[in-house]
Amino acid sequence: MYVAVKGGETAIAHSLELLADKRRGDREVAELSLEQIDQQLGLAVDRVMTEGSCYDRGLASLAIKQARGDLIEAIFLLRAYRTTLPRFGASEPLDTTHMVAERRISSTFKDVPGGQVLGPTYDYTHRLLDFALAASGERPSAATAPAEPTDRLPRVGDILQRDGLLEPPPARTAAEAQDLTRQPLVLPADRPLRLQNLARGDEGFLLALGYSTQRGYGNNHPFVGEIRYGHVPVSFVPEELGFAIEIGEIEVTECDMVNQFAGSHDVPPQFTRGYGLAFGHAERKAMAMALVDRALRAGELGEAANSPAQDEEFVLAHSDNVEGSGFVQHLKLPHYVDFQSELVVVRALRAEAEKRREQTVLSQAAE
Amino acid sequence: MSETPSIERRRRWLSVLARAPGARLQALWYALGATPSHIVLRRPEIGLVMVQGRISGTGAAFCAGEMTVTRAAVRLDSGELGFGYVRGRDTHHAETVAVVDALGQRADWTARLEAELVAPLVREAEARHRLIAARAAATKVDFFTVAREAGT
Repeated sequence: MYVAVKGGETAIAHSLELLADKRRGDREVAELSLEQIDQQLGLAVDRVMTEGSCYDRGLASLAIKQARGDLIEAIFLLRAYRTTLPRFGASEPLDTTHMVAERRISSTFKDVPGGQVLGPTYDYTHRLLDFALAASGERPSAATAPAEPTDRLPRVGDILQRDGLLEPPPARTAAEAQDLTRQPLVLPADRPLRLQNLARGDEGFLLALGYSTQRGYGNNHPFVGEIRYGHVPVSFVPEELGFAIEIGEIEVTECDMVNQFAGSHDVPPQFTRGYGLAFGHAERKAMAMALVDRALRAGELGEAANSPAQDEEFVLAHSDNVEGSGFVQHLKLPHYVDFQSELVVVRALRAEAEKRREQTVLSQAAE
Repeated sequence: MSETPSIERRRRWLSVLARAPGARLQALWYALGATPSHIVLRRPEIGLVMVQGRISGTGAAFCAGEMTVTRAAVRLDSGELGFGYVRGRDTHHAETVAVVDALGQRADWTARLEAELVAPLVREAEARHRLIAARAAATKVDFFTVAREAGT
């Protein structure tokens, strides 16, 4: 237990100064601008926006700079900032079918309508360090090719769904989705609430859980039905206007994972799904989220739920890295009183043990 | 839902103006020269909108995460009210959108704003999207499943 302490103001002030000094580093080296972080460390910005649960490239860049590149600290900073802002309302749900896609792949259909579009991906790099990047210099611009004039990319899910081979997603409802930032998490949580939790959840935690399902701890034989990344407009109905307008464009990554069958008396066997959605370009996150979303449906689909990734309480209560980081790191705060009481207890126990040992020795000697 | 042409126009304009880069809208606005004066009804205010997604892209809605949004409200001296809602924290952007929204409701300004402000922004947005699509198209592949197509 943490007990409040007083004092140390000067030391804390100096520590903050030292932190600021370390953040700036060698003054001979040019200072980073937020634009440089946004443009050249864009995937870090994407992760901070996703797990900070706030789409704002400038704020995420500032948080990364302030946190000296510690992304979990940056996520914490962004979460703290968002609490200072009023909420205007909720957007209309995104229409990712009409995404202006930079990338779209399917690992289930080679000849997916709309094509396999690799976009900017590390998948086909050799993971060799490129020392050319250590020197500065102009980089070539990306190639272009004639694009089909369509603004609609057919969904792999729709194709399978048409033939009844794939379960349809849960039906749309008129009600606005429940929101974890407005109400506490109550278990069991319905799927939209779980997805919100996972969308904010730590990428490393979800990656490990998703990986664990692949290794057999709740396996459900996943295939990437489709991954797409690109630009979508956000529609919103301002109260003054009463009709929907687009208020801007954001980049998102989505993963629709196709998994092994489920069926029942009434429904013939069909593939099941897991879904992931992240801000910016964040495929690992979206895929891990989709795997865990599917694993958490074990109960609903009548599967045995014996593995960590299938345990709703375990997953949802430990996915948040701001909460996790806070509780782990609070151990650094003074626990002096708490520890003193533990010391008293352990000394008493040791004295008792010592007395027992002496008595045993004495009685053995007497025999 | 049937809409009056005026609502349909406002919806289209507000969307185009919000999606435009703030600096570009500002430049086109100043290029118009003298414009009627307005008062600010609501000082540009920064807040959040919860972005909703749909399960598997088409199903039930869920909360995906928030985004910053700036809004403003203005009134022209001639009485028209205008509103601006834009992604991000650019207060000038939101206020300019609100002024254009108000001014667009005046018959003597609609055509000129359409020609000199909205139309160029529509063209530029289309060009941005065309470039994204063209760069993506250059990375389109055909994978060959070696075993089957070699007939082994």
